[in-house]
Amino acid sequence: MGEAIVVTSGKGGVGKTTTSANIGTALALLGKKVCLVDTDIGLRNLDVVMGLENRIIYDICDVAEGRCRLNQALVKDKRFDELYMLPAAQTKDKNAISPEQVRDIVLELKKEYEYVIIDCPAGIEQGFKNAIAGADRAIVVTTPEHASVRDADRIIGLLEGSHVESPKLVVNRIRPNMVKSGDMLDIEDVIQVLNIDLIGIVPDDEHVIKAANNGEPTVMNPDSGAAIAYRNIARRILGDTVPLMPLNQKKGAFTRFKKFLGIGG
Amino acid sequence: MTVKSNHVTIKGIKDGLVFLLDDQCEFSELLNELRYKLEHSHQNILTGPIMHVDVKLGMRNISEEQKTLILDTLKQKGNLLIRSVETQGCVPEDEAGSSLHTLCGLVRSGQVLRHEGNLLFLGDVNPGGQIICSGDVIVVGALRGMAHAGADGNEFAIIAASYMAPTQLRIAEIISRPPDEWENRESSMEFAFLRGGTMQIDKINNVGKVRPDFNVFKGV
Repeated sequence: MGEAIVVTSGKGGVGKTTTSANIGTALALLGKKVCLVDTDIGLRNLDVVMGLENRIIYDICDVAEGRCRLNQALVKDKRFDELYMLPAAQTKDKNAISPEQVRDIVLELKKEYEYVIIDCPAGIEQGFKNAIAGADRAIVVTTPEHASVRDADRIIGLLEGSHVESPKLVVNRIRPNMVKSGDMLDIEDVIQVLNIDLIGIVPDDEHVIKAANNGEPTVMNPDSGAAIAYRNIARRILGDTVPLMPLNQKKGAFTRFKKFLGIGG
Repeated sequence: MTVKSNHVTIKGIKDGLVFLLDDQCEFSELLNELRYKLEHSHQNILTGPIMHVDVKLGMRNISEEQKTLILDTLKQKGNLLIRSVETQGCVPEDEAGSSLHTLCGLVRSGQVLRHEGNLLFLGDVNPGGQIICSGDVIVVGALRGMAHAGADGNEFAIIAASYMAPTQLRIAEIISRPPDEWENRESSMEFAFLRGGTMQIDKINNVGKVRPDFNVFKGV
C-alpha cells in the first residue's frame, strides 16, 4: 500500500503544480513508482508542466463517473516508465466530483503505486476538500511573502482539523540576496509563524520557468539550484536526512578571497 | 481575643481619622478586629471631641448590610462622625474574582478562539487569527493577530502579550490599530488597556496602576 501526499498552499501561484511535478519526477528518478493526480478541475496545469497534454484521453471525472477504467485514464510519462499522471478535466468545474469519489480513486492508486502525489487547486473550497480527501500526508507550499504565509497558515489550520497527518512546509522561490538585504521574509520568520516542520527550501530559479514552458520538470536538469532542492525534498520524503541547501552557493573568486582575509562573507 | 494580623489601621489626617480596612480577610474577622481596636485603642483619640472619619475599604465590595454593621460599630463611639465610606472596587466581583482559564495551542489564520471570562493563552496568535474574550486576554507567546478583551463591554479588561505585534486590538467597543512603529519595539512583555476611551500600551510591570485588583501587596 502506497502513500498519498497532497501538495497544497491556499494561495494561487506559489508553485503547487511545479512542486507536485518536480517532487513526483524526483521520486521516480529515485526509482519509486509514482502517480501524479491533478485535482484542479477546470484549470488543469499539471499535464502542461509535465509535457503530457497531448496524450490525455480520459480524465479524473471520467473515472469518477465510470466512463472509463482508472488504468485507461492514466497517462504514462515520456521519460520514466514508473511515472504516471491522472489528469483533471478541463471542461468542468470543482463540483463535478465529490471528496468520496477522489478518495476511492486515490485508494485504488495507492494499491498500485508507492507514492501518489495530489496537486491541489488554490482556495479552501470544494477543490481543496476533494484534494485532501484521499491524502495521508500534506506538503504546504509557501513563498516568503506575507500574503502567501497568511494563506498557508489558514490551510495548515484546516489540515490540522482534518484526517491528514502533520503537514510539512516547502518555502518556495527564495531569493538569497533579497533575504540578505532584508527585503524578503527570512525562512526563520516563516517557520516561526507557521510552526510546522520544514521539508525543503527552493531557491528562485529562472530555469523553472523555462523548464515548465518546455514541458520538462526542472528536476531533470542537475545544473539548476531548484532541481537539487526538489531532489532533496524527495529524499526527505523517503526518510533520508539531508541537510538544508546553503543559499549562497555561487560565490565569486573575489568573495572567497575576502572571506579568506576575514573581511566579509 | 488576640489580634494576630493587623487588618485595621487607624491614621490621623489633618481634619480627622482614616480607618483603613484590609480587603483580603474575612468580613467577620475584620469586624471583630474593628470592635477590638475601638475598645482597646488610645482613649484620648476615640473619646475626645467630635472626629470626622473616612472609612476606606480598599478593593473589598460590601453589601449594604455589611456597611451598616461597620457603621454601627463605629457609632458606638459617640464622638466619631462618619464622613465617607470608600471602596475602590471598580470591577464587579463576578468578573474580577473569576479565575483565569488556561488554554494552549496556536490560533492560525481564520481560526477564532472564543472564551467566557479571563483567558491565559499559552501559544501564538497568528495574523488573521482571533481571540475573543469577555474578560482579560493574556497571551504568553506572540500576539500577531487580533485580540478582543471585554467583548461584552467591560472597559476595564486588558490585553497582555509576551510579544505584542497585533494586527488589531479591541477592548469593549474600542478598536485600535497599532501604529507602524510598533514593529521595532523592544521585546518586553506589554499590555493594552483603555484610558478615557482610548487605547494605551504599557509595560506589563505597570499593570497594577491600571488594575489595582491585580496587586499582590494591596495598599494598607
